Amino acid sequence: MLTELTIAQARAGLEAKQFNAQELTEAHLFGIGALNPRLNAFLTVTAEQARNQAKAADAAIARGEMKALTGIPLAIKDLFCTQGVRTTAASHILGPFVPPYESTVTANLLADGAVFVGKTNLDEFAMGSSNMTSAFGPVENPWKRRQDESAVLVPGGSSGGSAAAVAARLAMGATGTDTGGSIRQPASFCGLVGVKPSYGRCSRWGVVAFASSLDHPGPFARTVQDSAILLGSMASHDPKDSTSADRPVPDYEAACKRGVKGLRIGVPKEYRVDGMPAEIEALWQQGINWLRAAGAEIVDVSLPHTKYGLATYYIVAPAEASSNLARYDGVRFGLRKDGAELSDMYGNTRAAGFGAEVRRRILIGTYVLSAGYYDAYYLRAQKVRALILRDFTDAFANVDALITPTTPSAAFAQGEKMDDPIQMYLNDLFTVGANLAGVPAISVPAGLDSNGLPLGLQIMGKPFDEETAFAVSAEIERAAGFSALPQLRAGV
Amino acid sequence: MALDPTTIRRIATLARIRVEDDRLETLSQELNGILGWIEQLNEVNVDGVEPLTGGAQMAMKMRDDAVNDGGYPDKILANAPDRNGAFFAVPKVVE
Amino acid sequence: MAYAIEGATGRWEVVVGLEVHAQVISQSKLFSGSSAAFGAEPNSQVSFVDAGFPGMLPVINRECVAQAVRTGLGLNAVIHKISRFDRKNYFYADMPQGYQISQFAHPIVGTGVVEVELSDGSVKGIGVTRLHLEQDAGKSLHDQHATKTFIDLNRSGVALMEIVSEPDIRSPEEAGAYLRKLRSILRYLGTCDGNMEEGSMRADVNVSVRKAGEEYRTRCEIKNVNSVRFVMQAIEAEAARQVEVWESGGTVKQETRLFDSNRGETRPMRSKEDAHDYRYFPEPDLLPLVLEEDWIAALKASLPELPDAKKARFRTEYGLTAYDAAVLVAEQATAVFYETVAKGRDAKIAANWVTGDFFAALNKTGATIENPPVSAADLGALLDLMANNTINGRIAKDVFEAMIETGKDPATIVEEKGLKQVTDTGAIAAAVDKIIAANPDKVAEYRSGKDKLFGFFVGQTMKAMAGKGNPALINETLKQRLG
Repeated sequence: MLTELTIAQARAGLEAKQFNAQELTEAHLFGIGALNPRLNAFLTVTAEQARNQAKAADAAIARGEMKALTGIPLAIKDLFCTQGVRTTAASHILGPFVPPYESTVTANLLADGAVFVGKTNLDEFAMGSSNMTSAFGPVENPWKRRQDESAVLVPGGSSGGSAAAVAARLAMGATGTDTGGSIRQPASFCGLVGVKPSYGRCSRWGVVAFASSLDHPGPFARTVQDSAILLGSMASHDPKDSTSADRPVPDYEAACKRGVKGLRIGVPKEYRVDGMPAEIEALWQQGINWLRAAGAEIVDVSLPHTKYGLATYYIVAPAEASSNLARYDGVRFGLRKDGAELSDMYGNTRAAGFGAEVRRRILIGTYVLSAGYYDAYYLRAQKVRALILRDFTDAFANVDALITPTTPSAAFAQGEKMDDPIQMYLNDLFTVGANLAGVPAISVPAGLDSNGLPLGLQIMGKPFDEETAFAVSAEIERAAGFSALPQLRAGV
Repeated sequence: MALDPTTIRRIATLARIRVEDDRLETLSQELNGILGWIEQLNEVNVDGVEPLTGGAQMAMKMRDDAVNDGGYPDKILANAPDRNGAFFAVPKVVE
Repeated sequence: MAYAIEGATGRWEVVVGLEVHAQVISQSKLFSGSSAAFGAEPNSQVSFVDAGFPGMLPVINRECVAQAVRTGLGLNAVIHKISRFDRKNYFYADMPQGYQISQFAHPIVGTGVVEVELSDGSVKGIGVTRLHLEQDAGKSLHDQHATKTFIDLNRSGVALMEIVSEPDIRSPEEAGAYLRKLRSILRYLGTCDGNMEEGSMRADVNVSVRKAGEEYRTRCEIKNVNSVRFVMQAIEAEAARQVEVWESGGTVKQETRLFDSNRGETRPMRSKEDAHDYRYFPEPDLLPLVLEEDWIAALKASLPELPDAKKARFRTEYGLTAYDAAVLVAEQATAVFYETVAKGRDAKIAANWVTGDFFAALNKTGATIENPPVSAADLGALLDLMANNTINGRIAKDVFEAMIETGKDPATIVEEKGLKQVTDTGAIAAAVDKIIAANPDKVAEYRSGKDKLFGFFVGQTMKAMAGKGNPALINETLKQRLG
């Protein structure tokens, strides 16, 4: 089945002319047609463009001009501005906005020959861990509980649509963004590899901004090698983004083959939290054992400020978001609701256009920056953030990578954890640290819980040492031999 | 610390998001819950710590003073909810 | 005699601080590559970054940074090698991002001083607190439509330098002198054209009043005053208003106001009422601005001679009075013009001609120093003709008028009109004798003691010689003949 192939396999198959790009794309479009009405992973399906891109890919292949991703069908999180293709950020406030420009990351993918099959669903403005806050309906996780196949599970968030699409074989890979865990957590919930690279590794130009100092574009794929191929294409130094790292992009694919012999892998004790489910603990230990067996040295480390990561995140992210989302005002694009005066127009537009979670976070953000509270909240949070970074820097003086669980549970059902916003925030417990510190982190599917749902392990690396993180992740992948498949997928 | 309805109104005005009266109570509970939870940061000793302002610690690159952008008013105005010729139009503001 | 307002309860002094927003001269904007030029079709110099579209990011313009450093150096100020940008958050239709990128806690330039010369001859140093870079906003047009305001974002994102003075100003005159001096420095440096009518330089005026010896009282800010004259008027009007409030038992409310030049009074500004909470925080899309010592040194080495230095040099090198020197250095182009005329010539005569006849000609013809009615070379040539006695001073003035009219050089005009000075002693003696013969009664009066009549004889002789007589020789000959 063409949709069961990995990117690496599809690349080889195209080169060997076992099939062509148009066939590959058609297979995925067919799957989307069959499954997307149920999963709601895609907000916009770009069938015509995909077919044109696939045709061009075949022409390129015929000329012997194969690039890194020629002909490979990918899904794009609807937070990336794609030229000529409606971009919503899963919000009503962008209205019918069609970007007149292409984000740097998606331009890089297109330059490498990729085919875009559509824009995927997400939590509104990337704020959420379940894809339940989308203005265009939730996404169904293609994985079902063994004992209760009727329960509709969440794919995680905010990049829930991208994760569901790749897991269901509706695309071979996808882009996401990770601000507090929004790639890694859905990757864990959907049995995928999800990569949050170092801060500044992938350009943010053309990505709808949520929290500028925490947003990280990155890839979803079904294998570590595939995710390395995707990151290699997405990453670049972008002069249009002042926070973009001016460093060459190494060969991530090659790094996957390095092995872990002689590496020192840290286990941060503070990630062992009270009430942690036994399955998670067991999986974590399993991962540690795999690495030890492969020749790595396991070292206990301490990241003392771990428990303050979520609170720090929920001050800094809403603060930056409250400012980044001020531009959605009904003046130059998007939704407008009239008002007698300009102030009323703003108030009505933004009340109607933003969903409840976004409004909550804007209000929190506005409050923590407001006069009299800046020092107590925002300034303090940025100091704690410095301490969290220092924790990582100190630990990395002693080890090459860290291993932790990705999420405190497997995918939960729609409607669960909805009453208290804080319950939802706890999903990001293990992931926010890497965002606050800007270090690369990869989630690798490592096992199943008692319901047959995927669980991921997280590997964190030193800043701009994605290569070591890929090497360790590849070893986890090899040892885990994760081969379970979601019940809902193309061709089934 | 605890947000009363007056404070919420003030914050909502600063954020230009209209909040209906009947939503105030629920909103107050939600926001106070979140704020109470993030208060735990007060436990941390931050004496002598410089605030971090972003994961990237490099010095900023500057660009050359060349005109290489702009000059496409139609694209700029294309998505406008209320376009009047070459201008964006909004409800009149009285200075 | 310090400026004061005489109130019912005593004398009040006025305390003024000025915040000047100066548009930076550069090709493109501070954080985007669209043109910063003035006067284009609406929204034709706007990029997606300027318009605050989703996903857009700022990238700083090196030349704008250089201009800020040059200005700081010109203000004798501290250059901060590390500075940071912050977001100033507020909603307004001409502020597309919903925030302005500015510098709050760590500006690029620190404390400096501007020396101003006052009419009583004294010199006062007005402190500069800081200079920082920030984005300009777009333009709102309220008068194009009955119920709508039109927005033009051409100006959105143009680089501004905000120059904040210490509250050292104590009179409208000092404020005017400060603004003129600041403008002059900016124009010399080429960092801002200082054109207040076009809006490339605007002043926010902070005014408070107090009795001598008191702490500062509440101040009000008068925003966007666009001429030096209006700044001075606004200070007077606002100070008077505040004195009245205090004296009637009230309290001055801290608020933002506008100056209504038609009425000569200030009034509160409606839209800024609750805008005080700007929620400043460090701009997360930018990194710290770090300047290299070498780079700053190179900028310093390439600065032009500034007004104060030039004025001091004009006094020592050319022996000019403080007043003349100040007049000649006010505009850099004028100073250049003067030096071209003065080079190798009598500097004081040159100064008199430039500040007198030449400036009068500028006024009359409405020309500018950049496009003068008479070139510096030609004016210099005219002075040469006087110095070598080819023409006298009176004739020179006629020649100058002809130079303006015809654009010809002075030698050609003198030749064509036959205006050469007569130095032939015989001709002069003949003319003098004729006048003496024709006025025996006046001769008698003069010889009996009426010295003032000498001028009559000089004038008559000169008239008889059609103005071309050499004055010194005429005088000498008359003295001989009259005794």
